[in-house]
Amino acid sequence: MLAKRIVPCLDVDHGRVKKGINFVDLTDVGDPAEIAAAYEQQGADELVFLDITATNEARGAMVDTIEKVAAQVFMPLTVGGGIKNVADMQALLKAGADKISLNSAAVSQPGLIKAGAEKFGSQCIVVAIDVRWDTATQEYRVYVNGGRKVTDLEAISWAKKVVALGAGELLVTSMDRDGTKSGYDLALYHALTAAVNVPIIASGGCGKLADFNEVFAETDVDAALAASVFHYGELTIPQVKQSLRQQGVTVR
Amino acid sequence: MIVVVDYDTGNTRNLKKALDYLGIANQLSSDSATILAADGLILPGVGAFQKAMAALAERGLVNVLQTAAQSGKPMLGICLGMQLLVETGYEFGVTRGLDLLPGEVVPIPTDNGLKVPHMGWNTNQVLQSNPVADVFAGEATYFVHSFYVQTAAKNIIAQTDYGVKIPSIIQQDNVMGMQFHPEKSGQVGLAGLARFNKELVLA
Repeated sequence: MLAKRIVPCLDVDHGRVKKGINFVDLTDVGDPAEIAAAYEQQGADELVFLDITATNEARGAMVDTIEKVAAQVFMPLTVGGGIKNVADMQALLKAGADKISLNSAAVSQPGLIKAGAEKFGSQCIVVAIDVRWDTATQEYRVYVNGGRKVTDLEAISWAKKVVALGAGELLVTSMDRDGTKSGYDLALYHALTAAVNVPIIASGGCGKLADFNEVFAETDVDAALAASVFHYGELTIPQVKQSLRQQGVTVR
Repeated sequence: MIVVVDYDTGNTRNLKKALDYLGIANQLSSDSATILAADGLILPGVGAFQKAMAALAERGLVNVLQTAAQSGKPMLGICLGMQLLVETGYEFGVTRGLDLLPGEVVPIPTDNGLKVPHMGWNTNQVLQSNPVADVFAGEATYFVHSFYVQTAAKNIIAQTDYGVKIPSIIQQDNVMGMQFHPEKSGQVGLAGLARFNKELVLA
């Protein structure tokens, strides 16, 4: 059976990992390759690198970063953040990325999803969707620009649209839950898994072992992404996997 | 020397990186003479069957790969590269494959609610023990594909369960295919590539 995936996410700025990483003794706490290798050793199933570099001039740093990581770490790598055209995608895939994650650019130019899927295959194209519940309209609303800007898109229809355009996977973050450690937004993932037939990565809200158990027991998502619980060593990947195994969830 | 056949497909450089990491002599090439002089070949592949066969044909490599295989040269097809080894593909129309193994490439059925692509880590069940396959027995490897190979039972070395049984390693004599990506399957994947080199290429 296909294993449920546990996916740490690393924020990268100018080729350096931001946020504290203290789960293991590292000689260089900001080195992406060293951190990626440590996560691989822990049993991470995949890594997401999010480029948070503010300036376009520094974009090339991400290509170098992926080049270095992919020479030492042999697991699936997804790269997102600021990718605006097919040339950006190609450079990252060539450097060793396996999947490209599009977020704001998918909203501003949906044709990019299709262009990427046609050139590289749907399996290469992840669309990341940042979502917040809108109490006024009782809908999930899509946000862009790192969650700073609201759009007029309803999240479930947007998910269907990006899949129709060729997205092979969705990385959906609940902004309501992000940073709260109150668990994944189960209702959101119920709605999404019912609406589309591609793998879904749940993101936002995990703070304890039970949160991982819950999202896999209660919804049909394929993967759970987490950042701070792993980076700060609050939970380890072996702990999470053992806990899932005890609940009868298939993990690697 | 292993030659990784370079025909502008996705995972070529990641394969090279894995071989470099393992210290296995290798080069990327689309040159016929280089390919025919290699001790072993790896045929990578990401994307669609029809386009990939067209890309091989454009470079004049269809006959070269067939000649190499028939001469007994060890050959490993990976992911789409494995699918190209068989007779026929049904992705975007009917396309003739390299025809080194019997079989055809068909879509993973979606009628029972399976998500396609089959993407992620799945466990290998070895049906016919051999030194390369044994590395993967009971181990999870990374799969990304929407089509799969159907071939004769005698050529199915290992399989994985995704609602349908998907051949994960196929082999006939010197020609072997892996549906998963060993270059993306962590330590077990690297061990499998090293074993292919030791048991088939250097042997």
